[in-house]
This record gives sequence, structure tokens and C-alpha cells, in this order.
Amino acid sequence: MPRALLPARTLALIAGFCLGWFALGFVVQNSYYQLLLTLVPIWAVLGVSWNVFSGYSGLNSFGHAAFFGLGAYTVTLGQVMFGLTPWAGIPLAAVLGAVAGVAIGLPTFRLRGIYFALAMLAYPLMMTYVFDWLGLQEVSVPLRREGAAWFMQFSDTRVYLGIALGLLAVALLASAAVENSRFGLALLAIKQNELAAEAAGVDTRRWKLRAIALSGAIAGAAGGLYAIVLLVVTPSSVFGMVVSAEAVILPMFGGAGTLWGPVIGAVILVPLAETLRAEFGQFLPGIHGVLYGVAIIAVILLAPEGIYWKLADLIARRRPATAAAGLPEAPAIPPAAPPRVIGGALLEVSGLEKRFGGVVAVHDVSFTVRQGEILGIIGPNGAGKTTLFNMLNGIVPPSAGDLRFRGGSLLGLRPSAICRLGIGRTFQVARAFARMTILENVVVGAQAAHATDAAAWAAARRALGLVGLADAADHIAGDLTTRDLRLMELARALAGAPVLVLLDEPLAGLGAAETEELIAVVRRLPAAGVTVVIIEHTMPAMVGLVDRFVVLDQGRLLAEGAPAEVTRRPEVIEAYLGRKWAVAHAPD
Amino acid sequence: MNLEALVEQGAQALAAGLMVGCVYGLLCVGLAFIFGIMRVINFAQGDFMMVGMYLAVFIASRLLGATLFGDAAPFIAAALTVPLLFAAGAALHRLLIARTTGLRAVGLSADGHQAQLVLTLGIALILQNGALILLGSTPTTILTPLSSSAWEIPLLYDDFSAVFINQARAISGVLAIVVALGLFALVSRTRLGKSLRAAADNPEAATYMGIDVDRCHRIAFAIGSAVAGLAGGFIVSYYPAQPFVGVDFVIIMYAGVVLGGMGSITGAFWGGMVIGLVQQLSTLVLPLQLQNAAIFAAFVLILLLRPQGLFGRNVERA
Repeated sequence: MPRALLPARTLALIAGFCLGWFALGFVVQNSYYQLLLTLVPIWAVLGVSWNVFSGYSGLNSFGHAAFFGLGAYTVTLGQVMFGLTPWAGIPLAAVLGAVAGVAIGLPTFRLRGIYFALAMLAYPLMMTYVFDWLGLQEVSVPLRREGAAWFMQFSDTRVYLGIALGLLAVALLASAAVENSRFGLALLAIKQNELAAEAAGVDTRRWKLRAIALSGAIAGAAGGLYAIVLLVVTPSSVFGMVVSAEAVILPMFGGAGTLWGPVIGAVILVPLAETLRAEFGQFLPGIHGVLYGVAIIAVILLAPEGIYWKLADLIARRRPATAAAGLPEAPAIPPAAPPRVIGGALLEVSGLEKRFGGVVAVHDVSFTVRQGEILGIIGPNGAGKTTLFNMLNGIVPPSAGDLRFRGGSLLGLRPSAICRLGIGRTFQVARAFARMTILENVVVGAQAAHATDAAAWAAARRALGLVGLADAADHIAGDLTTRDLRLMELARALAGAPVLVLLDEPLAGLGAAETEELIAVVRRLPAAGVTVVIIEHTMPAMVGLVDRFVVLDQGRLLAEGAPAEVTRRPEVIEAYLGRKWAVAHAPD
Repeated sequence: MNLEALVEQGAQALAAGLMVGCVYGLLCVGLAFIFGIMRVINFAQGDFMMVGMYLAVFIASRLLGATLFGDAAPFIAAALTVPLLFAAGAALHRLLIARTTGLRAVGLSADGHQAQLVLTLGIALILQNGALILLGSTPTTILTPLSSSAWEIPLLYDDFSAVFINQARAISGVLAIVVALGLFALVSRTRLGKSLRAAADNPEAATYMGIDVDRCHRIAFAIGSAVAGLAGGFIVSYYPAQPFVGVDFVIIMYAGVVLGGMGSITGAFWGGMVIGLVQQLSTLVLPLQLQNAAIFAAFVLILLLRPQGLFGRNVERA
């Protein structure tokens, strides 16, 4: 079953934490420590904001100060210049944060890995200089005697504490809703294997944009409230490296990619840093920065996943793991595939061409895939088979030619869009979401075809039954054998309710018995309404499986036709099968 | 503004760009050893440079005494930082960085890049704030007659226009070229250079060829640290040191290395040169305060417009 969006336990924990922390405000009388109590939830909100984007999606942002600072300046300048109340200013800061997120994300998502992290670092630094240049080196929130509450100015600092905790509760609810929905699963899939996510129908760019917009909104609100609490903003205090670093460090310390990680990080590190700053700040001005540095180095070396997982592991070790819940039986497998009925053209490939610089990987290839058939693509290594597949499902744009699926063109579509049109795909090197369960892996594929989460989970279970993996549904994908990985990938492709699946060497690395098993599964697919195109080198298995062959050599179409006919053609024997094969299989 | 003044300003900015460009080039060469060749993300590279700046100031003012070596004192001080930072870099690598790089990173997610990023971010925070605690936030520099004297190169079209070449910058630039050439020879000509490149291209295969990959990484990291410190020593002869100076420079370095093409030492030098020119020429059209903003914008543009050179694995076998 899919998880509830906001499970009662999560709601209770959030409410319990916020009320408990609020109660501390009545225990602590000193106004400095009350300010400290207020800063913890504010920085925790920034941590949650980073976590919603980077923690779940794995795209490291070293520039969350950009959103935080924009929020702080929005609220401050709004009040100074237009008399805007922070009650409206903070929501406005959230909106601008979301807009900034999209504006930054749109160009920057073209970058991967470290380049993304470095580019993100540059944005807030740029803003530091721009705000300096605009003459906004130090802007104070004006003191209001009239209508103080309207301008969020309270003599009792506990009100600020309450507002900060309210904001934290909202941020945590948003984060929990992401984590427990297809949003979170899509982000996790992106984190673990972006290409596989895209091929399984996850529109990676759209999900990343949504995540950075939500993240920017939360960070903007945090910055706005920070400005109101501290009453003065400077470019370096809201756009500076330490702010961006704090956004990264608090969740990583607590546990990146977990709901409570940022809160744990903030509760431990913020009071420590602020106390050090208060006690030693006069003669050791950078002491809190040193503390953050030491904390983050210690975490990376000792508990790279963060405190949360370290604690969870300790608790799990003490308590023996509970047995996995009983799984429904796999549906009975029909013993033999019924005879195939081959229909009209499903996918038409015409004049397809791909050049990489001067290398022509695929040259003027045309063929048709017919409804209900199993089409084998064979050819020597480097013949262009995988490049052909990459063009068919949109990973690589063709240099020339046309692709029509059920009459509509596939050119210019993203892999996820092609997947949702009904073309599934497996990879030569199986691409699993290694840290998810098998079932979750398949659910990612199922979400492309099913609007509700419940339907997607049910479809995923059916697909696992179809390939015979139902019993292993709760295993972690990273622990699987090659056979199970292949079957899981196939199930993930099937769960998206495809009309056509592209299988790239599904038998590679399998033993004889395992090959038989997988072939049996593939053979059943046309009866289930799924047309198959398969790349494979294992000729004996292929000859018995496919209806037709397409033979590629050096990027060109060498031959096409029924197995018995194609394998007898001299040019196919010359280029691919070899003379030995010809002798062994010669007609009497 | 008349044409003559514009030409004079342009020539002045060009000359300044070429001079700082040489030093930026050297900075980028240093990072190229760590990031370009070894593919190790070092966030603290700018802070190694900051340490080099302070060390050079300390050595020049306390140990050498300006009188003994005259105008050469700052450059001798810069050279003396090299063994110190080489040793520090090697030690830092052995104690911390090695846990996230080389063979040990093969199994880590994203080849350990995330761990390296965060680890070196921690080192950067400690160095920056440690410098703030120990040295305070007042900018410091080496004041020698060179810093404030310039060669005057007259422009030919009239009698009073001239380009002023700051002597400290010019000497730093020339020395930077010499060091960069030496490092290039080290990588391309020597046995050590060959092992470094092999260890970078394929750490696993290099191990089977009998190359000590961890040692290679350590040497590359130490060389990179030492070069950052040396360049910092050059820079401090005309640009003041303060604890957070590294943050601006780390962007300059990555921009140059990425622009020059990953893994190329000469490319990194030219990349740094281009960044220096962009920085100085931007003053012709932008206010001085936005000089660094222009570099950051250039950096993001470089990343966005040359993606094929960056994650050039579009062709990977899916």
C-alpha cells in the first residue's frame, strides 16, 4: 500500500516537537536565550528547505543563501519602502523565493553533479556584490510604535518563537507530504539514477523545478522571518557563504533526505554555535564557523549519512528486524504462450541517422515494428544497436530521419514523454534505484501510467507478479542478483503499461537456466498486448524467440526478415554470425 | 569621453588583465592538479591561497626584513611558502581527503564527489574562521616600493597618454608564467607526471600497473596546495589578504579550469588568463564593485554554454 500523505504519527511528532519547543520559551526567561530558541526553528526551516530539494533529489545546492537573502531583503525593503506588513511580506518572500528557484533552476538544471553545485554557489555570491552596489549594505527594519502587531513587532519575544515554530510546522508538513507522495519517490529516483528515472516515465526536469520552487519558497519565508527577528540585514549576513553552508550542514549533520534530519541538525548545532559566539565571540570572532567546519568534517568521516541514520541503525540493531509482511501470491503463469497475432505498423523508423562529431553511429536505418510481434535486433559490437535504442526512446536526438509511433512523431520528445506514450525500456547495464525496494523501483515506473498512488502500487505488484518477483518485493534493489535485476527492470518497464518495450541485452550475464526463465517471460508479453523489440547476442535463444530480425552492421541496416531466412544470408554470416555458425546450422 | 581616453583606458585594462591573468592562470594550474587531473573537488583551494598570502606576509615582514633582500623579499617569501604548503597539503590529504578519494571512492555514490565537497567545505570554514580568530579581519599586504611603482609605457599617438604597468603585478605575472611552464613540463615529461595522469584516468587500472594511486593523489593534492600558496604569495604583493579572500578566488579558479577543459594544465592556464581579462575589461563598462559579480556571471555562462566540455558523457552507453 502507498503510505498516507500525512500519517498520524508524523502529525503527532510535528505537533509534539513544536509545542514542546514552545514550552521551553516559558522555562527560559533570559531574552538572549529566548532569541536563541527562536533562531533554532528559523535555521531548521532553512535546513528543511535545502533538504526538500537537495536531500531528496541529490542535486547539491551550495547556494540556498540566494533564496534566504532574497526573502530577507523582500520583507525588509517592503516595509521600509512601501510600509508592507511582514504578515504579507513573508508570504510574498515565499512567492519570490519560488520564482527565483524556477529562474535559477531552468538554466542550471542543464548541469550535473559538481558543476551544478559550483554554479549554485555563484548565485548568492553574485547577489552579495549586486546588493552592495545597490547601496543596501545595511538596511534596518524601522521601529513602529503605532500598530506594532501589524508590523510583527512584539515586546514579548515568545511571539516570535511561536511564529517561527508555526513556519517550521508548515515546512515540515510540506516536506512530509513530498516524502510520502509520488513527488518524493520521483526525486529519490532522480537521485539514484536520473537516466533510468527519465526512461521510466519520470519527467525529471519538471519534478526538479517543482522541488526547487518549493525549496526556494520555504527558504524565502525563513529569510523574511530572520530579518524581522534580527531587525537588520546586510548582504553578507543573508547572502553569505555561512548561510549557504548552514543550509547544507544542518540537514547533512542530522541526516540528509530524512524529514527530521534538518531539525536534529539545528537543535544540536545552532545553540552550540550561538552559545560559542556569545561567550567567546568578542575575542574569537569566527568560532561558530570553526565549529560548523569541525562538525561537518566529523559527520562525513564518522556518520556520512547523518545522525538520524546512525541512531536508527543503533535502535535497529537492538531490536531484531520484524519479519516482512506476507505478500500476495504471484498470479498463475500461463504455461505456454498462445500463437501471436501480428497487426499493423506500431513504430515506423525511417532514414534514421546519428552522428557523433565525425563518427556516424547509425546511418540511414529504416524498419517497421508491427503490433504484437517480437522483433530482434542483432549485429556485432559497435553496430549502433544501443544508439538506435537511445534514439527510439529519446535519450539521444537523431541527426536526421523520422520516428513515428502510432502515427505520431516522437522527434523532440523527452524520454519520459515517450515512456508515457507507451514505450518502455530496459538498459544494457541494468539501472536500478539501488537504495529503494524492488516494489518502489517498479512503482516509479507505474506512476507514469497511473494517476493515483494506490493504482500505481497495485500495478507495480501486478507487474512483479508477471515477471515472477512478487516474493522479493521488499528486498533492496542494490542487493539483487543479475537475474533479479533484469526481471525487476523489466517489471518497471511493464508497470508503466507500455504498448512497446525495448529490451537492451536482457540476457547479458545470465546462465543457461536463467536465460530460459527470462525468455519465457518475454515470450508471454505479446499475449499481454506488449510488442517487444529486443537486442541480444545469444543467437540460439533469439532464433526461437523472435518473429523477425533486423541486422545492423557498422550503423547500417544489413538485412531484415524472418529468422530462418536472415540467418542464411551470406552477408549476415560474414558480418556477424561467422562461418562456424553457418556450418553448424547449415540446412541439410 | 573622447576616443583617446577610451583607447588609453582600454589599453590600461588590457595590460592589467594580462598581468593578473597570468597569476590567475597559475592559480588555475594549481587547481587543475587537484580537480582537473585527479577529479577531486577541493572547496578549500581558495583558502589555501589565503594561507599562502598570510604566510608570505609573515615571512617577508618577520623573517626576511625588507632591507636584506630589497625588492625581491616578497617573491622570496612567496617561494618559501611552497615547501610549507606542500607538506600541509600532503598531510591534509593523508588525514582527511584520502578517505573520500582514489580507490576508496570507487564504490561511493557519485565517486565520492559529494563527500569531497562537504569535507572540503568544512576545511574551508575552519581555515577562514580560524584566520579570522588568529589574524583578525583587517586586510594585510606586503608593502614594498614595487607595489606602488609602475613602468610607464607611452602610447604613440600623443605626448601625454601612457599605460602604467604596476611593477609588483608585472613581476608576479612573469614568475607565474615560469612556474606554470615548469609544472607543465613536470606533467608531460617526467615519470611522475605519467603516473599522475595514469592514476587520474583510471585508478583501478593504474593500480594493476603497479602505480601507487593513493600516493599519486597525495602528490597531486600537495602540488596543487603549494601552487595555490605560491600564487597567493604573488597576489599579496599587490592585493590585500583577509580571512575570506579565498571565496572570491575559488570561483575564479573553477571558472578557469572548466573553461580550459578538464584535465588540461595548459588549458587551465589560458582559462585563468581569460578570467583575468574578463575581470579587468569589465571595469570599462561596469562599476568597480560589480567586477567580481561579472566573473561569477561569466562562470555560470561558461558552465551553461559549454556543457559538452563539462559532463561530456552524453554518448555514454545507456
